[in-house]
Amino acid sequence: MEKLIISPAPHIHSGDSIAKNMYGVLIAMVPALLASLYFFGLGALIVTLTAVAACVLFEFLIQKYILKSEITIMDGSAAITGLLLAFNLPSNLPVWMIIIGALVAIGVAKMSFGGLGNNPFNPALVGRVFLLISFPVEMTTWPVVDPLATTYLDAETGATVLGILKEGSASLPAISDMIIGNIPGSIGEVSAIALLLGLVYMLIRKIITWHIPVSILLTVAVFTGILYLVDPQTYASPLVHLFSGGLMLGAIFMATDYVTSPMTFRGMWIYGVGIGLLTVIIRTWGAYPEGVSFAILIMNGFTPIINFYVKPKRFGEKPKKA
Amino acid sequence: MRTFRIGGIHPAENKFAAGKKIKTAAIPKQVVIPLAHYIGTPADPIVKRGDVVMVGQMIGQASGFISANVHSSVSGKVVKMDVQLDASGYKRPAVFIEVEGDEWLETIDRTPDIKRECTLSKQEIVDKIKAAGIVGLGGATFPAHVKLMPPPGKKAEVLIINAVECESYLTCDHQLMLEHAEEILVGVTILMKALEVNRAIIGIENNKKDAIQLFKKLAVNYKGIEVETLKVQYPQGGEKQLIDALLRRQVPSGTIPVEVGAVVQNVATTYAVYEAVQKNKPMIERVMTITGKDAPSPGNYRVRLGTYLSSVVEEAGGIPEGTGKIVGGGPMMGRSLMNLNIPMAKGSSGVVFIREAESIRKPVKNCIRCTKCVTVCPMGLEPYLLMAQSERNMWPEMETNRTMDCIECGSCSYTCPSNRPLLDYIRFGKSTVGGIIRSRTSK
Repeated sequence: MEKLIISPAPHIHSGDSIAKNMYGVLIAMVPALLASLYFFGLGALIVTLTAVAACVLFEFLIQKYILKSEITIMDGSAAITGLLLAFNLPSNLPVWMIIIGALVAIGVAKMSFGGLGNNPFNPALVGRVFLLISFPVEMTTWPVVDPLATTYLDAETGATVLGILKEGSASLPAISDMIIGNIPGSIGEVSAIALLLGLVYMLIRKIITWHIPVSILLTVAVFTGILYLVDPQTYASPLVHLFSGGLMLGAIFMATDYVTSPMTFRGMWIYGVGIGLLTVIIRTWGAYPEGVSFAILIMNGFTPIINFYVKPKRFGEKPKKA
Repeated sequence: MRTFRIGGIHPAENKFAAGKKIKTAAIPKQVVIPLAHYIGTPADPIVKRGDVVMVGQMIGQASGFISANVHSSVSGKVVKMDVQLDASGYKRPAVFIEVEGDEWLETIDRTPDIKRECTLSKQEIVDKIKAAGIVGLGGATFPAHVKLMPPPGKKAEVLIINAVECESYLTCDHQLMLEHAEEILVGVTILMKALEVNRAIIGIENNKKDAIQLFKKLAVNYKGIEVETLKVQYPQGGEKQLIDALLRRQVPSGTIPVEVGAVVQNVATTYAVYEAVQKNKPMIERVMTITGKDAPSPGNYRVRLGTYLSSVVEEAGGIPEGTGKIVGGGPMMGRSLMNLNIPMAKGSSGVVFIREAESIRKPVKNCIRCTKCVTVCPMGLEPYLLMAQSERNMWPEMETNRTMDCIECGSCSYTCPSNRPLLDYIRFGKSTVGGIIRSRTSK
């Protein structure tokens, strides 16, 4: 016995780590990734590899040469940003645009605020929205589903469900196709079932709690349900809204981002309901057919004020008699 | 199965000494009996150098309300009145006694016979408990008799016996319950009488099935005593958490349990109460657990107060190879010891050897705002926020965010995936905010 370690309690630790949580999220995204590779083939592969590689590389370069700080690319958070960015892109987007999106996501939205834990807005969504307003045509030209396709930039394109709703140009695909993912759209958003599988995994591993996804989906279902009951001719049914566009992807993987979502269960409800309402408002009356990304980014902006005013249920807050 | 309603964690139990019979540790050549307890004012010494004392003889007189008498745990000669480094990490007053023989005061009944009848009045019981120097043996060492005297206007309705032992590794209470169930139940009836309540609940966690079975079987012979099985969840042994689990009542912030009609006593304290009231035996020894993942023979030992921990540990096979940290008490709330030349005190529930790899804290990373600390906090606080405010000396904000409610259970630091020292900073903030509050109220 040479020397003993002295430190304040507690003297044991759960063994949980940032990397464990981040890799858990990556595992949860595997079903959706496989679905995108199946439905969009080569294009999905190129988009995914480019986005992930670019995000990890930019984080590495910024930490090594600009910040001269510890390199944290192995904690998995840059890879998540890359994969989420890819999930939000069409499978025929040119590589150089993806790289610009990755630079904005990692460089502007994440590292310029101080890296993991300090960014006010979801980096992948900032990257996506930047691309959407910079390249509106390329970002809204969606290849049609072509299982295991070998085409990339020259893929055949078609309208998304929400695009059809906005334009009224064609008839809607079947709900079953929407659930499985057999519809045009961003590569990671189309398969609701694969995304839900990821949600179940994250809930079992206790990586996230149910509050945010449930509050968002419930709000969208209720709000669109009311509109549908009022006028089924004008407004789409709640099922169409739930299983189309980026709602599942947003509710399960984007809105639940640790850093940019509230810290209390009550706060999560406010945040989730806000995202749900904004999503439906933008989809129904806005200029864009899809509003999930904007809704999440707007509510990201409200997160600090929610944390300031909404406190957890304190012990002894309302003493109950047995 | 019941448990408390806010937060909580479930660390690996590692109760290696469970089921190990209580061994009586050898009487050492010298004891160093601390006059100070974990909380409260140290007792005033009433012996001087050269005095000859017997086992059970009072050597320190309680001074002040939150203070407890101290008795000699051995017979022999007082050789020194000095300060001694104790588990708190500070040098505090103690009585050094050189052991000669093992002569007990004649008034102490040392037979193993169980004495059930107690004809004493409420006040006589409280006085006897006070005279015996009994403190809470769960670790906080709050004088037991103080809890039996509710402030004017408050009335206890139910006595709660804390038999939870929610800290991992520790098994001393569990084993005590298996070996002295009848005595404990008599102790409960005595405490009920002292509090003038006709209902008592013994809360036991579900990882002690044998004790639950035994107590359920025996309790039918005692009127008003219920045994409740609780889901294993840390920190259920916290007074407020236990009351919430058993009664579904939450003690309001800044008040004591009797506010919701409850008084909580630890199970080992209850046993000490039995011994004091029925057997005239003051608080001179207790059961403690010596354990660890690599401990050569994890076990439960009955040890005289003032015995150096080194001598008990020697008896239990010594310090295992590769130990990085020695914890006095449980791993969640205990204190890391500088060495084993520390005397056993009333609050010493165990010695836990932690492997070197587990002893070293991992590098601190950024807070990723995962909400896990908020989710596990049993008091409904926001540890991440309190730490950030403590780092920035934002004391008024810390007070508003109820930092004084923190029970220092350590669930936040235990859980944090970024290894952030949440509780270290909250403790620092608590002591500063506590000082500010005291100076404000004293004006």
